[in-house]
Amino acid sequence: MAADMGDARPPLLRMEGISKRFGGVRALEEAELTVRAGRIHAVLGENGAGKSTLIKILAGVISPDEGRMLLDGGEVSFASPAEANRAGIVCIFQELSLIPDLSVADNIALFDPPRRFGLIDRRAQRRIAEEALARAGAPDIHPMALVKDLPLSRRQMVEIAKSLARQPRILILDEATSALTAADVAKVFSVLKRLRSEGLALLYISHRMHEIAELADECTVFRNGRNVASYPAGTKTDNEVVELMIGREYKHVFPPKPVSPPAARPVLECRNLSWSERLRDISFSVRQGEVVGLGGLDGQGQRELLLALFGVLRGCGGKVLVNGKPVALSSPGQAKADGIGMALIPEDRKTEGLMLPMSVRENLSFASLDRVSRHGLIDRAAEDRQIEEMVRLLAIRAGSLDMPVGGLSGGNQQKVVIAKWLMRAPRIILLNDPTRGIDVGTKQEIYQLLRRLADAGAAILFYSTDYDELIGCCDRVLVLYDGMIKRELVGKEITEHALIATALNISGEQAA
Amino acid sequence: MTGDWRYRLARNRGTLLAFGIFLAMFTIYVLNHPAGFTANVVQTATNKGVLLAFVAMAQALVVITAGIDLSVGMIFILTNCLASWIVVGTPLQTALGVAGVLAAGLACGALNGAIVIYGRLQPIVATIATGAIYFGIALWLRPYPGGSVNEGLADALTGKLFGIVPASLAVLAGAVLIVWAPFSRSVLGRAAYAAGSAEPAGYMSGIPIRPAKFMAYALGGLLASIGGLFLTFFTYTGEAAFASGNAYTLFSIAAVVLGGVSLYGGTGSGVGAIFGALAFRTIGDLLFVFDLDPLWQPLFQGVVLLVAVSLGAFGLLRVRSRLEWFR
Repeated sequence: MAADMGDARPPLLRMEGISKRFGGVRALEEAELTVRAGRIHAVLGENGAGKSTLIKILAGVISPDEGRMLLDGGEVSFASPAEANRAGIVCIFQELSLIPDLSVADNIALFDPPRRFGLIDRRAQRRIAEEALARAGAPDIHPMALVKDLPLSRRQMVEIAKSLARQPRILILDEATSALTAADVAKVFSVLKRLRSEGLALLYISHRMHEIAELADECTVFRNGRNVASYPAGTKTDNEVVELMIGREYKHVFPPKPVSPPAARPVLECRNLSWSERLRDISFSVRQGEVVGLGGLDGQGQRELLLALFGVLRGCGGKVLVNGKPVALSSPGQAKADGIGMALIPEDRKTEGLMLPMSVRENLSFASLDRVSRHGLIDRAAEDRQIEEMVRLLAIRAGSLDMPVGGLSGGNQQKVVIAKWLMRAPRIILLNDPTRGIDVGTKQEIYQLLRRLADAGAAILFYSTDYDELIGCCDRVLVLYDGMIKRELVGKEITEHALIATALNISGEQAA
Repeated sequence: MTGDWRYRLARNRGTLLAFGIFLAMFTIYVLNHPAGFTANVVQTATNKGVLLAFVAMAQALVVITAGIDLSVGMIFILTNCLASWIVVGTPLQTALGVAGVLAAGLACGALNGAIVIYGRLQPIVATIATGAIYFGIALWLRPYPGGSVNEGLADALTGKLFGIVPASLAVLAGAVLIVWAPFSRSVLGRAAYAAGSAEPAGYMSGIPIRPAKFMAYALGGLLASIGGLFLTFFTYTGEAAFASGNAYTLFSIAAVVLGGVSLYGGTGSGVGAIFGALAFRTIGDLLFVFDLDPLWQPLFQGVVLLVAVSLGAFGLLRVRSRLEWFR
């Protein structure tokens, strides 16, 4: 087998004694990594463990302070991503690198477009794009479509096709599946396995344990800027791996659920809600103290449902009732108002949740400006009081409240988004995949927080792409398929099997 | 918490840098001025600088929301022409006239805001169009240079308070206190920064993004009209000068950048824009004290402007992640 021969050959890439410091923070300290051809190497670690820094060094985005990189036994250093590309190292970053206003084909051929007489040969470019899309297992994406018109999961497939068009020797996937639907993940996995058999080295960074179990040959765990363990995949249990990652014993990820579902009155009710073709005849209710999950494949209308409830979508049919009274909300401003008390933790914290260059303080008070101001002028003292309470409650780790929120780690940024809304003490909390791309420790804190909020009387509607979260956190789960509620799972019925079977629109009996 | 000051400094780096550049240039200017540092020299310099300072502050308000106002110079010219008709007569008539001019400026800014925000047009195109309209009205008001102004008021506001402080500087400080300070500490002001920084995030937070942008354009018109009033006080006449209007528009953009306001929106301050404008004006005055041929002025001004704006880019040399070059 190709994988076995890989051990005999010298490593394709070795990173030795890599250190990197950002201001006073050591991001990497004497880190090592060995990558072999024809293997899939998983890199694990909490956010802030140094994985992203390592990847950025490898991809030529930043230079290490110390240490050296050996490619095929020869020392290399990259001054730019273009140089790393030329050496055959291609990275698919967590933050998409696509240009939204260009077509899929333009994006795929962006790095080195085919030229005739110095001008871009559009026909050849389209051919390259079609080949790359087919190789990435997404031949259904039209090469002439504009990237900005594609949903997030399709964009991620374009990103993968783009990287393949560059003929990489080492392909780095940084959380590349976090936006994908289950069907796409399966396709991507078969592509990655084929690339492995073709002799590529793959570096795979993911927070999803079952993906790593399925895919990886070797694993390296990072903690606090050091590689703490390397082992062949499958030789450690999930719990052991998580303990390595967080450096402490791992238990009680999810807080206990109440034994019997609360019999309180419904706070939020939806009757025959519909919106264009994306939401069809949705009816459900969320009671006080309840955590209701939204499941299903990505892009089945979950995001639209949350936006519709929050007053963002125009032309919705059906009725929404809050505390038994019909409401017609036409903006987030109305949805958050005192009589309604709704909050939406958005999907993309970088565009919809935070103003990255603005300070932590300003970001925290954005949703509550009406509460900390008088006659339109902001009362800084009142603002600070409320903010400090929130920073304490959510244990937000920020060097200073005046620092730009973009300087915080992903987990702390997400806490700021949540805290910003908790400052209003909302009674209806809508969450759109709030734990995507954040570390295990912060995820746990968010799970505990959600249950505490529910116990304190909030009604919570929680969309997650992570089945484990739906199983662990929710009292009920509504599984959406093609804009409709396909099935409601209650209590013990919420299992991975039921969730997946319903999400794929196959009945549980057939799948079993 | 420790380190707060460091971030506050970083936040106001553009404003402080603009102040530094202005101070350095003004010091060179005064040291080489034949009369030295006297109240008269300061008064003359201030009177030259305040016109652009008002227009630049107007531009800064709009640029902070990631917009741009290319009609700001034409509002300045239009209000000058209007003032040369109505800021005359008895004190009461004069006061009404001043109020009328300010209201006209506010209305022009509000029209810009309404078109950009509620008509959803690109600010560049919308304000080129409205700028042409404002100039057309100015031309209709003053086909030929002329008119007059209440000279008592004009002399008072272009003279010195207590024989020391230039009155125009006091009015500029007043505009900062009455317009900029409340704006920057208000919900609308913070929403304006949010609009320039990440508009979807602001909207999803349920803050008044559109009223904030509207307010920025409207207050911009108001500030430009204060500039127009002062132009009338200095010249005693009104003139629909097309070249001058365009120059003020372009200079206001140079001044806000020099003043540390990012054209991408979300950062900078109106105070920085004022120092940017004063520094920009001092560049022209340096020619005078060094006795250079006035023909060199545009070239000299361009070179000094490039050098000054580059100072703000020095931070990029220290960047650790190359991605930050593009922010």
